[in-house]
Amino acid sequence: MEPKKISAPLTDEMIMDLKAGDNLLISGVIYTGRDAAHKKLVELLEKGEEWPVDLTGQIIYYVGPTPAKPGEVIGSAGPTTSGRMDSYTPAVLKNGVKAVIGKGARDEATRNAFQEYKGVYLGATGGAGALLAKRIKEAEVVAYEELGPEAIRKLVVEDFPVTVINDAHGNDLYQEGRKQYAKA
Amino acid sequence: MREVDVKLIEDAVAEMSKEANYYLGDDVIQAFEKGLKEEESPVGKEMFNQLLENARISRDEEVPMCQDTGFAVLFVELGQDVRLVGGDFNEAINEGVRRGYTDGYLRKSIVSDPVERVNTKDNTPAIIHVDMVPGDKIKLTLAPKGGGSENMSAVGMLKPAQGAKGLVDFVVDTASKAGPNPCPPIVVGVGFGGTFEKVAYLAKKALLRPIGDPNPDPFYADLEKEMLEKINNLGIGPQGYGGRFTALGVQIEVFPCHIASMPAAVNINCHASRHKERVI
Repeated sequence: MEPKKISAPLTDEMIMDLKAGDNLLISGVIYTGRDAAHKKLVELLEKGEEWPVDLTGQIIYYVGPTPAKPGEVIGSAGPTTSGRMDSYTPAVLKNGVKAVIGKGARDEATRNAFQEYKGVYLGATGGAGALLAKRIKEAEVVAYEELGPEAIRKLVVEDFPVTVINDAHGNDLYQEGRKQYAKA
Repeated sequence: MREVDVKLIEDAVAEMSKEANYYLGDDVIQAFEKGLKEEESPVGKEMFNQLLENARISRDEEVPMCQDTGFAVLFVELGQDVRLVGGDFNEAINEGVRRGYTDGYLRKSIVSDPVERVNTKDNTPAIIHVDMVPGDKIKLTLAPKGGGSENMSAVGMLKPAQGAKGLVDFVVDTASKAGPNPCPPIVVGVGFGGTFEKVAYLAKKALLRPIGDPNPDPFYADLEKEMLEKINNLGIGPQGYGGRFTALGVQIEVFPCHIASMPAAVNINCHASRHKERVI
């Protein structure tokens, strides 16, 4: 099946159209954020304060890249394990983020949050950091520069390949794919 | 006695840090090609395509295949007729890691304390295992180990009555619980026997064998095959998206053990099964 092409900002209608197992190519803007940035964003929400960057309808990529070689936009940039962001993700989705990119299983509360807030969990290929970096055309720190590799970066990507793992209808590719190919 | 300057060790470690992260081994590439041919799941096939393309880019452009460039784990076989000169052996290895990870644009992933978590900024210290052997050579093997797959590893102090079936169940169960998290298709290192600490070491050492290279003992070679088949029958598949290739290989290292014990360990590696060797 040909991959679907998508770009942020994502609307509820665009999200509802995505199904677990769909291959997507993302072009346009995505934002990076992992453990430390998530902690800060959720602390701001708890205090009732604004985020340093408006992420309504946007996509967050869980990544901690290697240093860029001279002349390169970014170093190797594959996904990190998403489970570490589980405790923050429902609040992040509630505040308007529509999609997150990572790898590995999410807990039940997070899977439910994708349904409740109409969001999707997308998988990028873990360990394909060199290939994924090729699809990143621009990178710029937009918040929390002091966090170094964990700062929030605005990336411009072209045909960035991802697969829908948890859709907004309650489907889970990890569970369904495994069931389909398991043998006793 | 042969004198060896520790500077040679430092240089070798610096070079291997880069090479291990840029050049994926032929055994892994061949396992990907087999996976691409034989995987039944279309999404799984696409994953093998991406992994082959990723390996090609990282080799041709000398960039890390994965952003997690790992903890530098060093296995040293030190000939007993070698006399090391020119400085501190451990410091030479750490200096090699420091240089390799800095000059090679590799990620610095080590924090100085498990709770305070301040980055050491140069990926040191290395984990160093030294084995004294006959001869006047030094064999160095560097195996950068990623965190995601390491986190899914396990040690089990099994009961002797559980026998070989107990080992098989423990290994398959560990892979099942790991699911999509360790970046499958995985390589599974199994330690069996010894003591609590020895068995974990054996599991890690098992990962150094080329994929598909069976244990020399036919009994354990058969167990490796059985465990590989059972893990692949879990259906987890490449990246956990469902498929026939959950693991590329299972490798067991065995050691005698106490009459009361049957220790087992599973060290999971992601598909980026990286290691480089040098003999000085």
